[in-house]
Amino acid sequence: MTLFLNQLINGLHVGSIYALIALGYTMVYGIVRLINFAHGDILMVGAYTAVVLTTMLGLPFPVVVVLVILVCVLFGVLIERIAYKPLRSSPRISSLITAIGVSMLLQNLALLIFTPTPKPYPFSLNIPPLSIGGLQIGFTTVLTIVVSAALMILLQVLVAKSRAGKSMRAVSEDYDAAQLMGINVNTTITFTFAIGCALAGIGSVLYGLAYPTVSPTLGSLPGLKAFIAAVLGGIGIIPGAMLGGLIMGLAESLTKAYISSRLSDAVVYGILIVVLLFKPSGLLGRRTREKV
Amino acid sequence: MLKVDQLNLYYGAIHALHDISFHVNEGEIVTLIGANGAGKTSILYALSGLIPCKSGEIAFDGQDIRKVPAHQLVTLGLVQVPEGRRVFSRMTVMENLEMGAFTRKDRQEVDRDFYMVFDHFPRLKERRRQAAGTLSGGEQQMLAMGRALMARPKLMMMDEPSMGLSPILVQEIFAIIRGINADGTTVLLVEQNANMALSIAHRAYVLETGDIVKDGPASALLQDEDVKKAYLGT
Ligand SMILES: Nc1ncnc2c1ncn2[C@@H]1O[C@H](COP(=O)(O)OP(=O)(O)OP(=O)(O)O)[C@@H](O)[C@H]1O
Ligand SMILES: [Mg+2]
Repeated sequence: MTLFLNQLINGLHVGSIYALIALGYTMVYGIVRLINFAHGDILMVGAYTAVVLTTMLGLPFPVVVVLVILVCVLFGVLIERIAYKPLRSSPRISSLITAIGVSMLLQNLALLIFTPTPKPYPFSLNIPPLSIGGLQIGFTTVLTIVVSAALMILLQVLVAKSRAGKSMRAVSEDYDAAQLMGINVNTTITFTFAIGCALAGIGSVLYGLAYPTVSPTLGSLPGLKAFIAAVLGGIGIIPGAMLGGLIMGLAESLTKAYISSRLSDAVVYGILIVVLLFKPSGLLGRRTREKV
Repeated sequence: MLKVDQLNLYYGAIHALHDISFHVNEGEIVTLIGANGAGKTSILYALSGLIPCKSGEIAFDGQDIRKVPAHQLVTLGLVQVPEGRRVFSRMTVMENLEMGAFTRKDRQEVDRDFYMVFDHFPRLKERRRQAAGTLSGGEQQMLAMGRALMARPKLMMMDEPSMGLSPILVQEIFAIIRGINADGTTVLLVEQNANMALSIAHRAYVLETGDIVKDGPASALLQDEDVKKAYLGT
């Protein structure tokens, strides 16, 4: 029982991180219909930013977190402006290939600047674990779950109620109609990338605390998993990304504990395939388009 | 209020609008009638800044608006109810109306305008919490018009509001257009239903494959032999 609960909590821990990253994939897809394959690499950008700021400038943790978020946002917004915006009216395959190209560019730049030798993540939180009942829960785990949950609630409220959130929903439904309402589509798209990358920035800190090794390909695996989470939940649908992320995390950690750690990825992909067979649009995906 | 001069528009090699010139005076209902593919929607899209035109001038309230980005035209009072309604189907009726008032800062006036819209379209009031995608075609048309009204347009451009509606509903919609105009909004109405359009308009232009071939008072065009033959089916 204790083992099971521990695995559950571990699953929520990684799952929350996947969910935060998945949100970036899904929000961007929802608004520009692009799978931003470079999104996972934003995590890596965030991790190296933390390394540089700490080892070279010696800044304290809270300041580093804020700067990591800002740098991730800056990268995301610049990538959109430089790489994706000029292709907005080209066939979708062009921007898809560009996204893969941007991902490779970022990884190779990191390789060039930081060499392939992994560096340690510059922080760890030396706070004793919390014991609840018979369970020992690491502080990082609690922090990750609480921060992610708070961010997801905040995002939901933002999208549902705020002016920016409403313009995002309008643009994701209909570019032309949104412009006829006086919505600036470019600003809205920039804003969407910014939010997605801010979440990835926070995700990068949480990921670094959990897996404290920084390398140029750091973002690939969590990026891929988060992308799968987004598809699993229904790409373009915000609660879907959250749900998908959590399911991925739980499936992974339970498989590792009860079946085999080798099989965890296979199980994850298996779940994806089964879900898509029965519901091609993902768990929370809309089955068909609304009547017009 | 609106003056279009020698407008040319291309889709790639297709020359869709040839030297289009027309104007709309303040307080009028002006209609542009024409068959499928004549270029009616293209004109409205060009006016709203959604497609660039090759040459020509568009002046709104004396200001050259050809280079003004689409999203800024709403603030100037140039608002469009697009062809096919284009309501935000995943948003509620109320949210759609809010989107119409997106650029406005006068919150209290906006709140009052919700009631104005519900006065024109009582059916929307009953359905204000419902997702717009679940409305009937006629209700969506009403919502699209209500949404445009929320922007407090000076000139409201409507693209085939009668499309796909029952004759009774068409009557109702046209009565409302007349009401909106009587309340002080200038209207540019694009229609295939020439009979209805000419019956409420002050002036009309006839568009054929990208050219304006006729214009005049709506009552005169209703009597015009060519127009009767081509568009009125009499
Ligand atoms: N995006 C486009 N690309 C290429 N050609 C287009 C495009 N949009 C319209 N056209 C062409 O331009 C011409 C005018 O089209 P438009 O939609 O303006 O006509 P319309 O008068 O609104 O027709 P309808 O009554 O069917 O709505 C047509 O020949 C159409 O095929
Ligand atoms: Mg048309």
